[in-house]
This record gives sequence, structure tokens and C-alpha cells, in this order.
Amino acid sequence: MAIEVLKPGLATTVQDAGRPGYYHLGIPLSGALDQYALRLANLLVGNDEGAAALEAALLGPELVFRKPALVAVTGGEALPRLNGQPAPRNAAFAVKSDDRLAFDYMKLGARLYIAVAGGIDVPAVLGSRSTYGLGALGGFAGRKLAPGDVLPLRDAPAGRPGRAAPAELVPSYPKELELRVVTGLYFHRLTEESAATFFADVWTVAPEADRIGYRFRKGRALAFRPRRQPFGAGSDPSNIVDAGYPYGSIQVPGGVEPIILHRDAVSGGGYAMIGTVISADMDRIAQMQPNNTARFVRVEMAEALAARADYKARLGRLRAALAP
Amino acid sequence: MSAVRYSFGGDEHVFVELNEEMSLEAFFKGMAICGELQRRAVPGVTEICPANASYLIRFDPDVIRPEAMLQGLQEIEAAVGSADLELKTRIVEIPVLYNDPWTRETLMRFRERHQDPSSTDIEYAARINGYGSVGDFVAAHSGAPWFVSMVGFVAGLPFLFQMVDRAKQIEVPKYLRPRTDTPKLTVGHGGCFGCIYSVRGAGGYQMFGITPAPIYDPAQKLPYLRDFMVFFRPGDIVKWKPITREEYDRDVAAVEAGTFTLAIRPVSFSLKAFLGDPKGYSRQLVEALHGH
Repeated sequence: MAIEVLKPGLATTVQDAGRPGYYHLGIPLSGALDQYALRLANLLVGNDEGAAALEAALLGPELVFRKPALVAVTGGEALPRLNGQPAPRNAAFAVKSDDRLAFDYMKLGARLYIAVAGGIDVPAVLGSRSTYGLGALGGFAGRKLAPGDVLPLRDAPAGRPGRAAPAELVPSYPKELELRVVTGLYFHRLTEESAATFFADVWTVAPEADRIGYRFRKGRALAFRPRRQPFGAGSDPSNIVDAGYPYGSIQVPGGVEPIILHRDAVSGGGYAMIGTVISADMDRIAQMQPNNTARFVRVEMAEALAARADYKARLGRLRAALAP
Repeated sequence: MSAVRYSFGGDEHVFVELNEEMSLEAFFKGMAICGELQRRAVPGVTEICPANASYLIRFDPDVIRPEAMLQGLQEIEAAVGSADLELKTRIVEIPVLYNDPWTRETLMRFRERHQDPSSTDIEYAARINGYGSVGDFVAAHSGAPWFVSMVGFVAGLPFLFQMVDRAKQIEVPKYLRPRTDTPKLTVGHGGCFGCIYSVRGAGGYQMFGITPAPIYDPAQKLPYLRDFMVFFRPGDIVKWKPITREEYDRDVAAVEAGTFTLAIRPVSFSLKAFLGDPKGYSRQLVEALHGH
């Protein structure tokens, strides 16, 4: 026995660095939606940064530890409570056998990460312990956690409580943000006007925002250029011959609500994609709550690569700061 | 054929549209390019995803720069050229209970999302495709083989392209609004594509029947899923076999007992030979299945 789930929260799953290599068979990357927060949590407890941890969306779980452990909580801003007393965020703390970990409501951000020294010991499937819910694959029994689940832990050397992330390396989670987009794919199918309003409008995260994708609304509807639809594409002007969907790609079924695919993406389908959120901004999407807002900002490849380099450099500083 | 179109999907993907329209030529070209890319084992390439008339590559731009990735794909496109494309693949017979009670129960629940609430999906598809009866429609649906032209959407779901002249291909619109439920292993159809829903879930394709044959199973219980949890690969050829309720029940019992098998035979497919005589060539393929 290691960790027992008293209350699972809304959608708490085991996630790690992800499961690349099977997208061509419809099995997506999965893994923590906010990879930076996962890596931070793991580094704090002395794990490999891609080790399996818990990801909890919007509402934290209530857990009881059945053996002593070293724990770190990162990501969304929800105060952890150990046996009712406030515990630190973004720092490692020790728990004793029968200690209870719970969370206050999440003020900012949308996903918190709970890493435990050693990592969650579920079987690796296709090289990853991540949960892919649609395919009932990996993680704990292929699903989100339920009351009464008992999560085994891998053995870990005695860790060091008190290790904390430098404040400048802890991200903040604003309720309004800008997401950078490289246009392309089927962007040319939009009318000139819609190509402009997409970037001009403020978009609001809809309640349908999960690990598969984030739906946005309240911007002006987008129109696709009329055409005689190609054979096999389907009748709506937003339809294409079913094709592969990039991670971060933005589709607009019927021109109404843009959807950004995330790490549990459906791997393909028949909706035109108008661009792709850059890799450096994918973690930020993971921390958006319903009703948070975004503006999309058009960037060129050079800027996307520069943002990626910045992201990597920041991760490098984090590794250096938390090196054993 | 229109020009091949290359586009970046953010900083980690190249998307290549071989043709706006679905065609076997476009699919084969994508398969050939993806196969060659696989053989070259280019460092930094993390996903190679052939699709119907396009393909998608995911790469690590810290290992291979986006421009170099794109140029590499263009070079492979030129090298593959328009040689006769031959595919070593397999043909598999998939049993189908058409007009089954489970998809019927489901479609009745979502009637208000359908183009024609007063008929069932298969009655509607038969009528708009010019068939006099559901029986005639089933005969056409199960008569010629189908190509698996893409695997995806969700784990292990095959998209299937009917191997008949375009004028004879079954075409149906998707539901007006997608359903929130589809029985696992439903045989569906949307646009010109057939599919098998590998898991239960949302869906917009018309529902014609159900197969007893699991095609995705993380537990890998059946012999034909032992190699890998996903059965289908792009390029597989499928022949539907209509079965009765009794046969369906027997198959389901065999699945539960772990003894269920599929008829699977290796075949070599030549696009040129097929396009020269679709009907005769398809007949030959199906004969391979039965060992003639």
C-alpha cells in the first residue's frame, strides 16, 4: 500500500513525459499537459523529471499516504493541506504514514501536479505510464482515479524536504493570455475577413476543455471560402478529406468554435485546421480554466523557434537550480 | 493531380497534402513517401502518420531544422516519383452483422440529429445511393474489398476506402450533429469513407452494423492482437462478410473464450493493375482470401 485515494477530484490521472511513436495508429502522446509543472514537481522530490506523477484538473484529490514519502505540488494555484494544515507549493515536503493530503479550491491555473519521490509505480505501457482515457490505456487501469484506488509507489532513496523552486522559475497563470500561432495547414480556406477577426477577437475557454482539446467561444464565427467540395471531403465548407491533426492545431468545425488539440488529441479527422499553437505555449493552454480568455497572435517560424529556445533555457536553469 | 502542398504545423510538424480530393493514387504516394522516410531513419523524426490523401510528420526542431525537414520530404517525393506503386500487404475478412439491434437502439436515441429521422441510417444510405432495398445495399457494401487508407481519430480506428469506380462508391453525409454515443465495433460510413469504431464513444458517421471482431485491445487477449494491441495498418485490405445473428453470437462467445480468429492472407497489391481492371483485380484479391 502506498497512496490511497479518498476523493479523486474531477479528473485526476497518472501522467509522465508521454508516449511518442504511435500517433499513426491513433494512440496520442498523452503525458502531463503542463510538462514544465510536471518536471518541476519531479525535480523537487529528486525524481527523473519525466517520472509518473498525478495530474489533477480544476479540483485537487484527497489522498492518504500509507507510508512515509517526499511530496511536491506544482501547477495550478490551490493550497495543499496536510492533515488540515497549509503545506508549501513548489517545494518538497515530507509526509508520514496515514497523513492526509487535500487541496483548497484552485484560484489560478487549471491543473496541479503531485509528484512523490520514486514516482507512481503503475506498469509502463508502450514505454509510458501515462493515462490515455479514450483508449483505456496506461496509467491506473487506463482511467481517471476513483475513490478507493490504491497507487503503488516505486522505492526511492530518502529525499530532502525543503528543496524549493526559485521564485523566478515558478510560472504564473494569468486569466488572460496570448497564444502564439503559426498559420498554415488550411488557413487559406478562411475568408480574408475571418483570417483577420480570428486574431482580432478575444476568445473565451468553453466548459468543453479537457486533455483532448480546448474549445473556445465568444469570438466572431469564422467563414470559409465557398468552393465545390473535393471528392471525399464532406459537404460543409469547414470539411476536408480526413487528415492527420498536429498537436496544438486549431480546427473550427462549422466555423463556430475553434478547438485546440492537446496531448490526448484525436489523431485525425475531417475538419480544416487553420494553424498551430507553438510548442512553447502548449503548457500555458493546460493552465487555462473555463472562462479564461485568450487572444491569438500570429507568429512566423523564427519566432516560434526562439520561444522554444527560451522555454528550453528556462528548463535548463530549473535543472541547474534543483540539481542534487 | 493538383500540386502537392507543404505546410508547417507549428514548430514540430510538417503537413503534406498530396491532393485535395481522395484518391488511391494520393494515398499510395503518401504510403510510399512515409515508407521511404521510415527506411531513412532520419534523426529527429518522432511520428510518421500516413492519412487518406495527405500525411503528417512530427519532428524535433532541436535535432532537425524545420526547413531541412521539409526539404527532405520534398526530396523523397521527387525520388518516389510516379513509379508503379506496389504494396506488400494483407487481406482480412471482417464479419458484420448488418442492421444489428445495438446500433439500431443507438441511432433511435439520436434521431433528431439525423437528416432523415423517419428511416434508419442504413435505409437512408440505401435510398440516397440508389439501391432498391437494404439487401441490395448490403450486397454492394460487402461485395468489393476496401482499403485501409488511414488509422486514427482514436486508437486503432481504420478509415476504409471502397475499391470500386468512383461513380459506384457509397457516399453519405455525416450526422447533422455528432452523436455522443456509438457502440464499440460499429461499422460506420461518412463521406466516402467507411470505418470501424474501435472504442465506444462520440461519432458522426452513419451506422450500418456491428462486427464481433475486436480490433483494439490493450490486454491483447486474441491471437491476432498478440503482436500489437492495434490490429489495422494503413494499406490493409478488408472484405466484409455479412453474418447472421446466430453467427454473431457464436463469434462473440469465441471472443470471450479467447479462441476467435480472423481469416488473414498476405497479398501484393499493384495500383496500376487495379486501376486497369478494378472489378477483375478485386475479385482476384478476394479469391486470395479463400485460398483459390
